[in-house]
Amino acid sequence: MSLDKATVRAIAELARIEVKDEELDHLAGELSNILTFVEQLSEVNTDGVMPMTSVADITAPLRADVVTDGGYPEKVLANAPEAAEGFFTVPKVVE
Amino acid sequence: MTQLTDLTLAEARDRLTKGEFTAVELTQAHLKVVEAKRSLNAFIVETPDLALDAAKASDARRQAGTNGSMDGLPIGIKDLFCTEGVQTTAASHILEGFKPPYESTVSGKLKAAGAISLGKLNLDEFAMGSSNQTSYFGAVENPWKKTSDPKAKLVPGGSSGGSAAAVAARMVMAATGTDTGGSIRQPAAFCGITGIKPTYGRCSRFGIVAFASSLDQAGPMARTVRDCAIMLGAMAGYDPKDSTSVNMAVPDFEKALTGDIRGLKVGIPKEYRPDGLSDEVAKVWDQGIEWLKAAGATPVEISLPHTKYALATYYIIAPAECSSNLARYDGLRYGLRVPGKTLDDMYKKTRAAGFGAEVRRRILIGTYVLSAGYYDAYYAKAQKVRRLIAEDFRKAFESVDVILTPTAPSAAFGQGEGSDDPVTMWLNDVFTIPTSMAGLPGLSLPAGLSADGLPLGLQLIGRPFDEETVFRVAGVMETAANFTAKPEGV
Repeated sequence: MSLDKATVRAIAELARIEVKDEELDHLAGELSNILTFVEQLSEVNTDGVMPMTSVADITAPLRADVVTDGGYPEKVLANAPEAAEGFFTVPKVVE
Repeated sequence: MTQLTDLTLAEARDRLTKGEFTAVELTQAHLKVVEAKRSLNAFIVETPDLALDAAKASDARRQAGTNGSMDGLPIGIKDLFCTEGVQTTAASHILEGFKPPYESTVSGKLKAAGAISLGKLNLDEFAMGSSNQTSYFGAVENPWKKTSDPKAKLVPGGSSGGSAAAVAARMVMAATGTDTGGSIRQPAAFCGITGIKPTYGRCSRFGIVAFASSLDQAGPMARTVRDCAIMLGAMAGYDPKDSTSVNMAVPDFEKALTGDIRGLKVGIPKEYRPDGLSDEVAKVWDQGIEWLKAAGATPVEISLPHTKYALATYYIIAPAECSSNLARYDGLRYGLRVPGKTLDDMYKKTRAAGFGAEVRRRILIGTYVLSAGYYDAYYAKAQKVRRLIAEDFRKAFESVDVILTPTAPSAAFGQGEGSDDPVTMWLNDVFTIPTSMAGLPGLSLPAGLSADGLPLGLQLIGRPFDEETVFRVAGVMETAANFTAKPEGV
């Protein structure tokens, strides 16, 4: 699989990472090499094989639906790049 | 008297008990080495004041008779484990300055056992790398030197490169590592120390910065098999905060070191001897087989037919999980924020400035293989091949008790070598990734030196939750190998 610049730009958009136009050629080459490498899997016969989502042979445990944590907004906000009045702040999202 | 910094965990534990020295003295001796070897760049954050306070408290506990299994023993914590109030970065700019308001379960358990943390150890950014050259805080240098070129700086392996270098250079007695595709075992091999990735689910992942959640597992790195057994005992155990940690009793791993492996069957996978395997690595592997035979075990040739596909499988699954896990770095709640005109603009600028080249590459690959139209062709396909890889091991373990392989295809290489092509760099993990895909325990121990005077490691792989057999066989190999070489200046 060879990725073109437009595809790399679209992937970067999905991943929310700004990529400069002058980097697109190089990135397209690198990512295409990686995809070519992983495409060797197409030669493996996987008919009837169930996808393996986890090696842990356990079912998700249930717990009581009770509050066990919380009550310290100052700790939650301590690492915020910007916070005000007990809230995280973000750029304006509604015009 | 042996220098305090040259003792094993077991020796130091026993001599602290006898009162031959104090935890404060032991900690001070190690802090001196941390300072003297700063040029290796093994630490991102040093915490000498916290360490000395903790050592004083440890000595008081010992006086009171309330000491834990690792009381007073100086260790380092890979900077992927959240440590309350102490900067935790995953070696990424995007987390620079982050001081977690909570402690990871594993580092918390070690502290509860009395271990003294000297600080946070360098790693590849978000644990993505095999040479510790992707850290935002600079590359780590391996304390070992080539005899042919003693000035060349070598990589310590990765991603737990700071951990391996610090243990080898006697800055700490042991360190935590994490292993997603070989990140404990390969650096252990490169730095001539011992490390084990336990079975997936043995240690809690709570509070460890996530990379690939179905693969990540914490484990100990130390200078002997016994030390790894002691430390894993303190790290392991069920944690309600990690639903993939397994609720089963933690054995006394140290007791597994009986020295008796008579009658054990040791699998030797033929697929791990590819054309072009270095003669030195092949030789040390053959030597390992001979040691086990001499101790009464029987080597059995086995086949793990899907081995050659493990690397490609890994490089779909790990980036897919990483792209999902690293979506949380949005510039809102912690870490770096680069202002933008809109919310999306802020996300994009923050993530562009915060992630290094290798992390960005993996996020983009992961995003692509999970995107609509490609999910089945890449991600679902890789999950199916993963099952076939795991099945290979399951079948092999019907006829053998443990598997012996080389840890890495070469000894440590020079800084700057092999980093031009990401796929070539990934080949470092060709012998460790299959074990990770299957979630099995894998231990690396030093087995010999290359012609250039660098350590070479061998890997032992066990059945799920049978770390005890791995430790038992490793103990016998360690005695036979009698690896006493040390890096320069130690």
